[in-house]
Amino acid sequence: MTSHAHPEGLPRELLALRVAQELRAGMVVNLGIGLPTLVPSHLPEGHSVLFQSENGILGLGGIREDGIFDRELINAGGQPVFLATGASFFDSATSFGMIRGGHVDVSVLGGLQVASNGDLANWMVPERGGGSMGGAMDLAVGARRLIVAMEHVTRDGTSRLMERCTYPLTAQACTNLVVTNLAVIAVEPSGFVLLEVAPGVTVEQVIAATNAPLTVAPDVHEMVL
Amino acid sequence: MVAVLYDTPDDALEGIEDGVRIMFGGFVTAGTPSNLIRALKRRGTRGINGMANNIGFGDLLDELCEDHQLAGMIATFAIRASSAKKSRFEDQYHRGEVTLELSPQGTFVERIRAGGAGLGGVLTRTGLGTPVAEGKQTIEVDGVTYLLETPLHADVALLKAQRADRLGNLEYRGAGRNFNPLMATAADLVIVEVEEIVEVGEIDPERVGTPAVFVDRIVQCAPVEVFTP
Repeated sequence: MTSHAHPEGLPRELLALRVAQELRAGMVVNLGIGLPTLVPSHLPEGHSVLFQSENGILGLGGIREDGIFDRELINAGGQPVFLATGASFFDSATSFGMIRGGHVDVSVLGGLQVASNGDLANWMVPERGGGSMGGAMDLAVGARRLIVAMEHVTRDGTSRLMERCTYPLTAQACTNLVVTNLAVIAVEPSGFVLLEVAPGVTVEQVIAATNAPLTVAPDVHEMVL
Repeated sequence: MVAVLYDTPDDALEGIEDGVRIMFGGFVTAGTPSNLIRALKRRGTRGINGMANNIGFGDLLDELCEDHQLAGMIATFAIRASSAKKSRFEDQYHRGEVTLELSPQGTFVERIRAGGAGLGGVLTRTGLGTPVAEGKQTIEVDGVTYLLETPLHADVALLKAQRADRLGNLEYRGAGRNFNPLMATAADLVIVEVEEIVEVGEIDPERVGTPAVFVDRIVQCAPVEVFTP
């Protein structure tokens, strides 16, 4: 299967916008490194989502792009950040107590593979000989709801959604929702359920790009972006 | 015991020998003891078994690989999954010149906390069903299966805080806390670099992040300029 067999679907910014639509006022949300960091810029002005950064900040503001770098004011990816009003600082034990203890409402992580039983693999590519989990395993286990944001297929066209992950796991049966450039898919006890398709993408194309049984929700519809 | 003040980071490392186990505070640039790491490099100490959140991500620890000072690391972030430019540590790891034990970040910090608090380990669900669980004991409590993770302890902790008083009370700033307050409890010799040393009483007791009892040596120095990732 080659890449031109599958539609392009959403660009990264719109994928981030679709993830942002899952967040509600008052939620405590942790965003993983990479694509998930694009999410906050798609929230409405004056939103009251509280972003947790596992390096010890609750109430993370946006990424600071004015060239001023404060070494003690960074996100988990090392980028300089602003603070939101009402922010707090804490050490790593408190931070991961927050995460493992179920005090974080939503975790958004990038993914390499998601299985239809909810298993996530996102920290190691065996053929590249390495990888690091950082805080991903704790986030996957501890967050009340886990959203995985990723491209639906790899560069060579292989589906990242499958019956069983082939890469080493981040955590078992942890994924609740998968948002990709092609679709929004819930992980239910029965497996993958297709809820939405990206504009210009058909249900048949999503099924063809998914290497696991996919139940089509009765009210499946196009994403509203 | 009152902390001892040192004039330079090089002096503050006196007595550290080859084969030492060192915890390094810090998360990328925040709370990283940059002057103490540079001093360790100048000192040429070898066979170091390090413990740190990350290596090779703007933390200066990777510089210890220039002269092969590291024997191994326990870390949460050390090897990139992407094909991005590799650190010296990654190169040495792939050549089998250094060992690496990856620990999930929340497990890593709790192992340090256990090591410093006289606890025999930590039970966590994190890592179950993953390579992290290989060879480790699982324990069932009230019908839930947990992984037993063992405590971490070090000979030396190299830490960074914003201010210290002459007793050794530490005040942190921003996200500079991270692993520092935990590591301060889990090493035999705790050496801290701070940006400012003040008289006893000048740090409000409400703002003390690490009580003086945990701190052995203090040195005042401006942080080393680091690249922004």
